Amino acid sequence: MAELLKIEELTICPANSTSRMLVSNVSFSIEPGKTTCVVGESGSGKSLTALSVMGLLSKQLVRTNGRVLFQGKDLADLSAEEMRKVRGRQIGMIFQEPMTSLNPVLTIGFQIGEPLTVHLGLKGDALKAKVAALLEQVGIPAHRANSYPDELSGGQRQRVMIAMSIACEPLMLIADEPTTALDVTVQAQILSLLDNLKTSMNMGMLLITHDFGVVADVADDVVVMFRGEVVEAGPVSQVLSKPKHPYTKALLDCVPDAEGKKPLKPIDYAWLNNEQVPA
Amino acid sequence: MSEFILKARDLNKFYTQRSGRFGFGTTQVKALDNVSLELRHASTLAVVGESGSGKSTLARCLLQLQPLDGGSVFFQGRDLADLPASELRRQRRHLQMIFQDPFASLNPRMKVGDIVEEGLLIHGLGNKDERFEKALKMLKRVGLAESDMNKYPHEFSGGQRQRIGIARALVLEPIVVVCDEPVSALDVSIQAQILLLLKELQREMSLSYVFISHDLRVVRHIADEIAVMHQGKIVETGSIQAVYESPKQQYTQNLLKAIPGQKRHVA
Repeated sequence: MAELLKIEELTICPANSTSRMLVSNVSFSIEPGKTTCVVGESGSGKSLTALSVMGLLSKQLVRTNGRVLFQGKDLADLSAEEMRKVRGRQIGMIFQEPMTSLNPVLTIGFQIGEPLTVHLGLKGDALKAKVAALLEQVGIPAHRANSYPDELSGGQRQRVMIAMSIACEPLMLIADEPTTALDVTVQAQILSLLDNLKTSMNMGMLLITHDFGVVADVADDVVVMFRGEVVEAGPVSQVLSKPKHPYTKALLDCVPDAEGKKPLKPIDYAWLNNEQVPA
Repeated sequence: MSEFILKARDLNKFYTQRSGRFGFGTTQVKALDNVSLELRHASTLAVVGESGSGKSTLARCLLQLQPLDGGSVFFQGRDLADLPASELRRQRRHLQMIFQDPFASLNPRMKVGDIVEEGLLIHGLGNKDERFEKALKMLKRVGLAESDMNKYPHEFSGGQRQRIGIARALVLEPIVVVCDEPVSALDVSIQAQILLLLKELQREMSLSYVFISHDLRVVRHIADEIAVMHQGKIVETGSIQAVYESPKQQYTQNLLKAIPGQKRHVA
């Protein structure tokens, strides 16, 4: 199977101390039409991995090793201008905070239309029609195109973000904790919307989350990250039911289950440090 | 003393919103609409609901941190609204709160030791040495060290700050503790630690918790009884087992159905 995105031995360090690795030797790949979930605690490097794919790392961080191949091409070889053509056009991104990632002084119709104008040169009525279609696709009435972000609820804003990111029908979508700020019922709606879009547009999806419940619902493959490293990766059924790595087991043990039968067990980090970690 | 330590009767709270053109009109939003609940001694009552359902308003109204527009709260059989201000302040010692955001709820200019001691100071409990000893004991109990007392909140991680918040509330040996989303800002691993800590402390100090949360998985682990809120009303109450296994209201059923992780089983 041809990979859409392949991350090879990605290593990210702060620019001023290249011995401290924030992300080290991370490798995994994403296939079209499949969802890969990256799970881990805060500080495990999952967001940094996603940002480096998009070339959005802050200037204080540098990639010291590894490659990010998109359709076989190394994204690092692209010029800034070429990278801008990939961003938003071929790889879409949804951020965690639907409250802060929209521009408050522009209508949502304008913001959804912007990538269409920039990348595809759509104008006038064609643009309006496409924006209306996108809004309908994510479940917002088309007449809301003239609304401002503050007139929408959190779930609707996240839908707007999704509409923006899929506007140019990208080949891949990166979603960084897209439902963390939302209520459970809204979360369920957004996740199934993403799942449907992924299937209908045959997109590859990289979903970053810390919630194993979300993983169980939408993932095809899972990558578990811990302190900047991938500790376990594999198909979702295998990782969730037969975790190999002690950290994955520990992380699964501290997730409260919906039935309330399993006792909670916090992670014993001291024990993890002593554990001989299988590579 | 009755078995109910805290009772709320027909609580009402309205917020007035400007509306219409240029905000000349006003509309009233019912944040609490005839809410009644009862908290048993040494048990946990969970209040669940989506954002905007009024659960945080309820938390603040239960502790009289916000004036009510109707109804009354009885603590140990006494109506809190009838108490003179000085007596209410004395009672506050027994009614403590643990807040959601461990980053916003600690004064960044105070040392951790002082934050935990402040309640004792305000309520005039013990002399300087006794207060120090108590604060130290409490901080150690929640998993911090003596050396941490001279640090400032920004030197701690989110989980540690939540521990400080817990120590601050429990150093006064309260009877009722209202926890407003105490673990929703934390990682799952830290969340499990804090939940277990809260449970242990409940046993040791026979605390009664009102546990406000939107996470039905967490609630199932910590609570004995549950009240489901929707648009300012309590739509369903009952024991955890009854509500989770046979929810009566459509709204509760929808909430339960939306819990992620049900399509495939998480190990």
